[in-house]
Amino acid sequence: MARISKSNVPQFSVDIYQNEFLPEGGREVNAIVTVTSTGGGTSGGQPLPGPAFAAEGAPPSAGVVIMVDCSGSMEYPPTKMRNARDATAVAIDTIRDGVAFAVVAGTHQAREVYPANGGLAVADPTTRAQAKQALRKLTAGGGTAIGTWLRLADRLLASADVAIRHGILLTDGRNEHEKPEDLKATLDACTGRFTCDARGVGTDWEVKELTAIASAMLGSVDIVADPAGLAADFQAMMENAMGKEVADVSLRLWTPQGSEIAFVKQVAPTVEDLSGRRVEAGPRAGDYPTGSWGDESRDYHVSVRVPSAGVGQEMLAARLSLVLPQPDGTVEVLSQGLVRAVWTDDMAASTRINPQVAHYTGQAELAQVIQQGLEARKSGDMDGATAKLGRAVQLASASGNEDTAKLLAKVVDVVDAASGTVRLKARVADADEMTLETRSTKTVRVKK
Amino acid sequence: MPESPPSATTTLCPSCAEPLDPGDRFCEHCGADVQAPPPAAAPPSGGGSPSGAGDAGPAAATGPAGAGATGPAAAPPSGADGDGARPRTDAAGADAGAAAGGYPAGGEAAAGDGPATDSFLLAPPQGQGQGQAQPQGDGDTLALGVPLPATKLSDPREEEPETAPEAETVCVACGLGGVDADGYCEHCGHAQPRQRDHQEQELEGVAAVSDRGLRHHRNEDAFALSTASLPDGSPAVAAVVCDGVSTAYRPDDASAAASAAGGESLLAALERGAPADEAMRGALLAAFEAVSALAEEEPAPDGAAHHNAPACTCVSAVVTGPVFTVGWIGDSRAYWIPDDRTQPSARLTEDDSWAARMVAAGLMTEAEAYADERAHAITGWLGADAVEVDPHVAAFQPESPGVIVVCTDGLWNYAESAAEMAAAVPRDARTRPLHSARTLVGVALDGGGHDNVTVAVLPFPAAVSRAGFPPDQATDGPGGAVNGL
Ligand SMILES: [Zn+2]
Ligand SMILES: [Zn+2]
Repeated sequence: MARISKSNVPQFSVDIYQNEFLPEGGREVNAIVTVTSTGGGTSGGQPLPGPAFAAEGAPPSAGVVIMVDCSGSMEYPPTKMRNARDATAVAIDTIRDGVAFAVVAGTHQAREVYPANGGLAVADPTTRAQAKQALRKLTAGGGTAIGTWLRLADRLLASADVAIRHGILLTDGRNEHEKPEDLKATLDACTGRFTCDARGVGTDWEVKELTAIASAMLGSVDIVADPAGLAADFQAMMENAMGKEVADVSLRLWTPQGSEIAFVKQVAPTVEDLSGRRVEAGPRAGDYPTGSWGDESRDYHVSVRVPSAGVGQEMLAARLSLVLPQPDGTVEVLSQGLVRAVWTDDMAASTRINPQVAHYTGQAELAQVIQQGLEARKSGDMDGATAKLGRAVQLASASGNEDTAKLLAKVVDVVDAASGTVRLKARVADADEMTLETRSTKTVRVKK
Repeated sequence: MPESPPSATTTLCPSCAEPLDPGDRFCEHCGADVQAPPPAAAPPSGGGSPSGAGDAGPAAATGPAGAGATGPAAAPPSGADGDGARPRTDAAGADAGAAAGGYPAGGEAAAGDGPATDSFLLAPPQGQGQGQAQPQGDGDTLALGVPLPATKLSDPREEEPETAPEAETVCVACGLGGVDADGYCEHCGHAQPRQRDHQEQELEGVAAVSDRGLRHHRNEDAFALSTASLPDGSPAVAAVVCDGVSTAYRPDDASAAASAAGGESLLAALERGAPADEAMRGALLAAFEAVSALAEEEPAPDGAAHHNAPACTCVSAVVTGPVFTVGWIGDSRAYWIPDDRTQPSARLTEDDSWAARMVAAGLMTEAEAYADERAHAITGWLGADAVEVDPHVAAFQPESPGVIVVCTDGLWNYAESAAEMAAAVPRDARTRPLHSARTLVGVALDGGGHDNVTVAVLPFPAAVSRAGFPPDQATDGPGGAVNGL
């Protein structure tokens, strides 16, 4: 296969879905932006020659650090530590040749397990075997201070000149041996320097805590309630990381004078409000970081407030570009799209809601009412919990979000999904409640 | 503001950078809509403007810009659901019609035998004894979306201005920003005038003007003009006017395709020697095919309410010797306006509309039918999802000179009856068809410009070289199929 492209960045495309028609006086423009990258390295785990995974002899351009919780709680049940070791071994097997990697043991402090030389090893059969050998020495004992793990991972990743920097973090407990503000400071320091997926094993960890870590690090979060499932999950996570071809992609939004961005949310595959992450990028432009991309597609909901204009007027509400920073400080524009506003006195046109916008507005509400319903349930507000979770059942059912509907059915008895009539279950397994909370932000795409 | 900016400069067209005259609604050079320039339009500095500062350009004849722009918003049309009718979004019609005082029966009576919905056989064109080569119209240069040939006015002031220095394109809305590659202001985001927003064309013997109006964001009307020689050497002059159905997908493409295909088909058939009525029917079917073909091109993008296939109306008139022939589908219209205004003017077409159908069926009075919110829903259109294709064709033989006005409802909403239209058409329409078409567009804009407006004016007899009037012989075809006017 000839690779003649100078820049090995995958192809990005941007599709905008919106109803551009506003009534007289209308000021709110909503659009769903689908960003798709193709030509990346994800291919079912088959190694592909790609920019992130350089040919033999060339310096590696991707680095991965696996952070394994080795706190005392990992000892019980005893299978937990063993499963964590096994899962890490599977993940190491998934690392492609040429990728730089390291393993970190996390307690109230962070310790290098492999290669334990202050840097990263380059994956090949020998180093992978050595790394797995080193895992055998892992034992449980001590506390939990996740910030120290992230700081070490950052140092290790920074030691190598790699384009893709990624972490995989496994924990089973709360971040008890570190002040929340210390973790916050660490996240602020590490955000944008590498991406990180987080997994909670068992049910003794804090969903909000781990979600905040993964969110700040532009990675995924999930629960592995049964430690036996760790290996498969680690493999999937590592394969996903291996598929990343380009890092540090940002969504840049330019708005004309008088217009402003009301919010920017990622809405697929999960709901994530990006509004607060805006970094100014010149006059009336701001960048919203999206992390690394492989072969994948994500949807964003952009809402713009525009100045009022007369019927028959048309304006550009926002210009959206996908940008990649270049070493010289400029950016490469990977793709662009336009969000438009057209004022009309045709009520049929202006009152129409774009199906994509309607769908994702519903999915965002679904995530919100699940979180609010579980919160109400914890605080003993059973009426509030019933109302919120009932609404969630209704939204999940109407939008075809079957995975979320199944998770909800483990927390409430569904009387009538269409009307959202539910009864709270008297007993709910911790794992089921945590799974629902962790996965509440997972969305489905519009039914075709 | 009485003060002038310190350095007075000539106002330039934002589209082509030619100098503009104060008060111009459209650029005289390229036709761009310049009604929303930055307010401080200073008079040209001494000697800088070849047009002369005090000399209003022809476009000024259309009256003050934007006079009716703040008129009340039209009531929303609710979807008409009867008879396979298709809702029009240009709701202004109902209001304008009502405001015009209803639909006097007199307007119809003036048409003599009334609008013909049947076809009529035409006598073979009578040779005028001057069978020489007719000027071949450059109708094939009218491809929408490409620059139209510069309009030639019969105006002595006409003088090619010195090429203006290449001016940076500046936003017509805020006057501050440049214009990006997508046609939006880089400062305020406003869409800049597009070529199709305002178009003018004049050929020998016919002129047309199309305008976006004041309430729609784009022009979904289109027209095509053409002239040709019949096999006997006598001239044929034709205009095709189409109005895209806004509730359908790609209405602007539909009208452009229909007018282009209709115009080509019409002239090709006439040049082959086909009778005018047959050529007209064929042209409407060709236009129909062209619109239907659009539905097969690309599917509507997901997420947009574009389930309806592209659709438009179509009206056409062609002057061939002593007769002219009108054909239509939908609610775009043709009117006969005689030079001698003591003679009756006439509406020549019968709308394919809900109201017209109700009246024709005797179910409602005209006043009742047009008061209904479904009145303007059309019952006939060009497009893949048309219920039936029923081209209406009628031929007419006026006894005196005049003009045929072919227009979309963007005009006739403001001059519905034949008498109202006659009142709006300038007296010198036959000798100044482009000026007349501009004036009529101005009538619609001054009335509120609620819809796109397109009007073609065809002098009769054809104002081309060697066309004579009256014809040498009476031309009753077989069965006397030609309507007198
Ligand atoms: Zn111009
Ligand atoms: Zn501007």
